Amino acid sequence: MKIKATKQVSSSTRSNFITIGAIILIYFIFQMMIANGAMSNLLKGLLIPLCYYSILAVSLNLTVGILGELSLGHAGFMCIGAFTSAFFSKVTENTITNPWVRFPIAILIGALAAALLGILIGMVVLRLRGDYLAIVTLAFGEIIKNVINVLFIGIDHNGIHFSMKDAAALNLEEGGQTIVNGPRGITGTPKDATFGIAVLLLLLTYVIIINLVNSRSGRAIMAIRDNRIAAESMGIPITKFKILAFTISASLAGVAGVLYSHNISTLIATQKNFGYNMSIMILVFVVLGGIGNLQGSIIAAVVLTLLPEYLRFLQDYRMIIYAIVLIIIMIYNWNPKCIAWRKNHSIQGFLARLLKKEEA
Amino acid sequence: MSFISYLIKGISLGSVYSIIALGYTMVYGIAKMLNFAHGDVIMIGGFVIFTVMSTMGLNPLIAVLIAIVLCTLLGVTIERIAYKPLRQAPSLAVLITAIGVSYFLQNSALLIFGADTKSFTSVIRVPALKLAGGSLTISGETLVTIPLCIIIMIALTIFVKKSKTGRGMVAVSEDREAAVLMGVNVHKTIAITFAIGSALAAVASALMFSAYPSLSSVSGAMPGIKAFVAAVFGGIGSIPGAMVGGILLGVIEILSRAYISSQLADAIVFFVLILVLLVKPTGILGRKIQEKV
Amino acid sequence: MAMLLVKNLGISFGGLRAVDSFSITIEKGELYGLIGPNGAGKTTTFNLLTGVYKPDTGKMYLDGVDITGMNTIEINKAGIARTFQNIRLFKNLSVLDNVKIGLHNNYRYSTLAGILRLPSYFKTEREMNERAYDILSVFGLDKEANLLSANLPYGKQRKLEIARALATNPKLLLLDEPAAGMNPAETEELMETITLIRKKYDVTILLIEHDMKLVSGICEKIYVLNFGTELANGLPQDVLNNPEVIKAYLGE
Repeated sequence: MKIKATKQVSSSTRSNFITIGAIILIYFIFQMMIANGAMSNLLKGLLIPLCYYSILAVSLNLTVGILGELSLGHAGFMCIGAFTSAFFSKVTENTITNPWVRFPIAILIGALAAALLGILIGMVVLRLRGDYLAIVTLAFGEIIKNVINVLFIGIDHNGIHFSMKDAAALNLEEGGQTIVNGPRGITGTPKDATFGIAVLLLLLTYVIIINLVNSRSGRAIMAIRDNRIAAESMGIPITKFKILAFTISASLAGVAGVLYSHNISTLIATQKNFGYNMSIMILVFVVLGGIGNLQGSIIAAVVLTLLPEYLRFLQDYRMIIYAIVLIIIMIYNWNPKCIAWRKNHSIQGFLARLLKKEEA
Repeated sequence: MSFISYLIKGISLGSVYSIIALGYTMVYGIAKMLNFAHGDVIMIGGFVIFTVMSTMGLNPLIAVLIAIVLCTLLGVTIERIAYKPLRQAPSLAVLITAIGVSYFLQNSALLIFGADTKSFTSVIRVPALKLAGGSLTISGETLVTIPLCIIIMIALTIFVKKSKTGRGMVAVSEDREAAVLMGVNVHKTIAITFAIGSALAAVASALMFSAYPSLSSVSGAMPGIKAFVAAVFGGIGSIPGAMVGGILLGVIEILSRAYISSQLADAIVFFVLILVLLVKPTGILGRKIQEKV
Repeated sequence: MAMLLVKNLGISFGGLRAVDSFSITIEKGELYGLIGPNGAGKTTTFNLLTGVYKPDTGKMYLDGVDITGMNTIEINKAGIARTFQNIRLFKNLSVLDNVKIGLHNNYRYSTLAGILRLPSYFKTEREMNERAYDILSVFGLDKEANLLSANLPYGKQRKLEIARALATNPKLLLLDEPAAGMNPAETEELMETITLIRKKYDVTILLIEHDMKLVSGICEKIYVLNFGTELANGLPQDVLNNPEVIKAYLGE
């Protein structure tokens, strides 16, 4: 499957500063609303999810839009980030009592774990052709989720114990604790994620990727996307940059996972949150927002996360309408007849014709 | 003996995957798209059979026939409404649209049939076979599934090689523009591809839910993914590849479930796929496409 | 020492001997032409010289260094750059960025420096921009620097490909049908540009062409390939009047 970017990544610094400014502005507006009790509980509960979905979308766009490879296993990296960081936070809850010390370390751990996994998987996957690469990333995503579901990790004063069978096989001593409980996951992770930190991480993600794209390495990555053979003939090391992009993308997904796991009390790995359902959902954000369009990814993630929530009044019809809206938007965006219609009926065109008439 | 019985069970499940994989591989080869909604057409087929049998009490074979007709109509309609407008669009766009269709089918089924899991009554009235003095039992479902799969494969291969439409399908898959110049009606060819794939999906659903009788709105998704994996495994675009991939996948799944771990069975299946693709990056029977410099 | 010394290079595809006993000596600064009927094996030869294919016989030396068997990336680092028969621009990148890709290996800073916007980023990017605009102005493309390369007219796209290859600072430049699809005026301009870059960048050139006006106009030596083997090799006036060569192109 060949991937074509829909829009050249805007290297215009002004447009990026506007985006960053807008995010900061919205953050302060929201904080004021919360302080004045002007925000619904629905929206309050969605603040951190909006951030990590945005991070997931932007980071996937790095792989799909900038590198040009279809990854269907992005949720797997989120999963690793979520579980490794949650494990750390739970274990050090009583030893590192200050969340402002503990959480940043947890974030680093999640990012690193996901990055490591990214390198490993990248080395395997990135030499496959497009469609096969997609399927293998899907496979890896499922494997990660499944393996975590049979993982039992406990701690006692002897150290860390592993098992793939059940909690009893951990043979924990008195005073020991099962941290990762197989399909029951991790319970009681300290809820260290705050809206402020989440927004900060989103901004960091955005800046990192924009800076990467508008740099020598970013150009190399996009050259590989646009024409691998030509890039090779320019002396660009293909595998190195493919793995670089893939790893950064994975690491940021891991960070999103850290936010996820520190925002809920029970962390379990299901099809819906870490399986291909999630990977697909993020892919929808990326495509709808524009492949290669990082600002679009954030907007799409926000809109498509809020939409089903605010359509709740439609009850059972909610997801069907969502699906229909998705199909309609895709056709409207990509059908040649629709594109031509839009060109002829655009607001700019209308205004231009109006102005021409006035001149004549 | 129990190894043999697991093996046979695996071949049977694999046969179902093969039939589903055919739909994926044909659509991919000819329409150049990943029909993500294919698995959900199977789920719809299952519900049609279930409803027809439980509410109208009709003969199971008639129920299956009705399912085949309805699924074929469904597949062709989906193609016409959602995929045809995007034929010139990048393939990623069509994939997302297919995802939208998949969501639509799953949630429509949820709405119409409810969230509770239904218990599917097998459509197969063939009694189980007891071999080797009773130590090996082959279920009636298996006795029907495996031969049916072989028949379908042979029939499809003959159709593609000998019939005018079939050869047209091959032409479109190799070079669409040249096919148009040769007078092949691409619209009709793609529509027929979807029709065949969807009809096969209905057959697969009858066989699959007869053997594994739990039916809900999400029952088509995982088999769909696995069948797609099987198609890639065997070499996407290749009809014999779909069969090889499907059977292998079914066997690995059942054996893993039996001998290693039920929870890890899926992970193992995917892991084997990855190993195969590392060794043979275009799939077992896939063709290597030489890039022109 | 010759810039390019090739001895007996050859490759087979299946049962077909696509290129056989290709031997050539190109001196530093020379402009050599590679011509032959369609399907003669010219682009295959280029692919051999740039490591896209590995030869099964023969050896090649660039400026004294044995480059036989090296892959494309290594060969580019050794000093060979090329353009392609079917234009292979980075369509979603600007004209400027296409050239800057050519500068990738000679102007470096780490990925981290790029992400953190360290001083080395600003300094090196400035240098790259200067050099890139420099090269673009030789080809008259500097005004279109920020245009998307896909939006350039065909003739300019071909020029951009040459500019990009030149940016890698090669010792040997391989041009694959640079005048393909150009009208006489554009071809004339291309001939001038090639002459200019030879002087300005001190680069040795081997080019594949069908346009005889260009070949006889600027090539100092010509190698004729037919069915993968050498048909003639030498000065233009000898080669182009060689009856065998004329027969190969025009038939009996």
